[in-house]
Amino acid sequence: MGYELDFAALLQYVSLFLEGAAVTLGLTAVAAACGIALSIAGAATASGGLAWARRLIAAYVELIRNTPFIVQMFFVYFGLPSLGLRLSAGAAAVLAMTINLTAYAIEIVRAGIEAVPLGQREAALAFGLSPTLIFALIVLPQALANVYPALVSQIVITMLESAVVSQIAVVDLTHVADFIQSRNFRAFETYLVITVVYLVLAVLLRRLLARCGRRLLAGRAA
Amino acid sequence: MIEFTLWDLVRNLLLAARWTLLLSAIAFAGGGIGGLALLVLRVSRNAAAREAVKLYIELFQGTPLLMQLFLVFFGLPLLGVEVSPWLAATVSLSLYASAYLVEIWRGCVESVPLGQWDASASLGMRYLAQLRLVILPQALRLAVPPTVGFLVQLVKSTALASIIGYSELTKTAQILTNATFRPFVIYALVALIYFALCYPLTAAARLLERRLAAA
Repeated sequence: MGYELDFAALLQYVSLFLEGAAVTLGLTAVAAACGIALSIAGAATASGGLAWARRLIAAYVELIRNTPFIVQMFFVYFGLPSLGLRLSAGAAAVLAMTINLTAYAIEIVRAGIEAVPLGQREAALAFGLSPTLIFALIVLPQALANVYPALVSQIVITMLESAVVSQIAVVDLTHVADFIQSRNFRAFETYLVITVVYLVLAVLLRRLLARCGRRLLAGRAA
Repeated sequence: MIEFTLWDLVRNLLLAARWTLLLSAIAFAGGGIGGLALLVLRVSRNAAAREAVKLYIELFQGTPLLMQLFLVFFGLPLLGVEVSPWLAATVSLSLYASAYLVEIWRGCVESVPLGQWDASASLGMRYLAQLRLVILPQALRLAVPPTVGFLVQLVKSTALASIIGYSELTKTAQILTNATFRPFVIYALVALIYFALCYPLTAAARLLERRLAAA
């Protein structure tokens, strides 16, 4: 007796799918906003700050990049309460995603900063701009324009990796799939549909961010 | 209740790390073989083959690895194959690794000068002979650093096998946490062990890259 695929059994759960997708995108949006902001600060420090601050950031980047995201998340959610920091599952997920994304984005933004020609800084200095203004107005826009595609890729990767937040019971897209397949016993169909949803979200997110980037950073790449 | 000393935790975690290593090694071997086969199609002159491989890469790089694991774990039984967590993890990690390795290696093949293709063709070599005897040996030199770098990603990815119930490092940590209620120490140790596995690879990739740039 062969197995008959049955996708009709999923139709009644469309609203759940949408809620899960909204949670996944929401987590990604918050983590991306915080992660990019922190990574700009981190990269600025890493490429010009005090020696001990540079070493601290390098250690952070290496630690995060050489450990799995799921372990980082378990550490935040299950481990930190021992230190008195008790977070909800959603907050722990966003924190872990931000910590993870920041480490990768620091490396990306730093590469972008290093690719800005020195002459740009010298010219700005000759105009009498302060170091802060030089960074904010001259270096940073060019640096971000240089590495924007890499940042977009990293944000998409963060969204795809966020599938594991279902493991600490955040009701994201994957958690919705776990719930549905536990009710209708159609695990393969459910995960197949969810996988397609992730694929569509990844493609749309990439397009959307690419379009925003063209608006914001047009013609600035060094 | 059994009392766990710190050494007991470390010992159990290190024993479990063997499975993480084994899973990584098998996934790398499987991914390497798959990646090489896909590479032959990806750089061939057949447009349909190239597009098919591109689609494969798009699918595996554009969806969560966790979903790929679930689809193999729940999908293979529908084809009548008995699936253990071990089999599902090795199969899906191999497929995942091959999608990344083929892209890495394609870049290396394409940076071999086109004249090498022309010259070997003029010696009467067919496509596979060109690849095997002329192109790949030259591409290999370029391929080593990024491949070692990808190994880091692969070792970290094996942690997801814990979710389908395969007892590698991360799953063992969950079991130990449930038995001892010491998540802080256990997950810190687990992170350290992963770091000890991955950092040498990261450093090696960086060193090899620098050497290649200097050569």
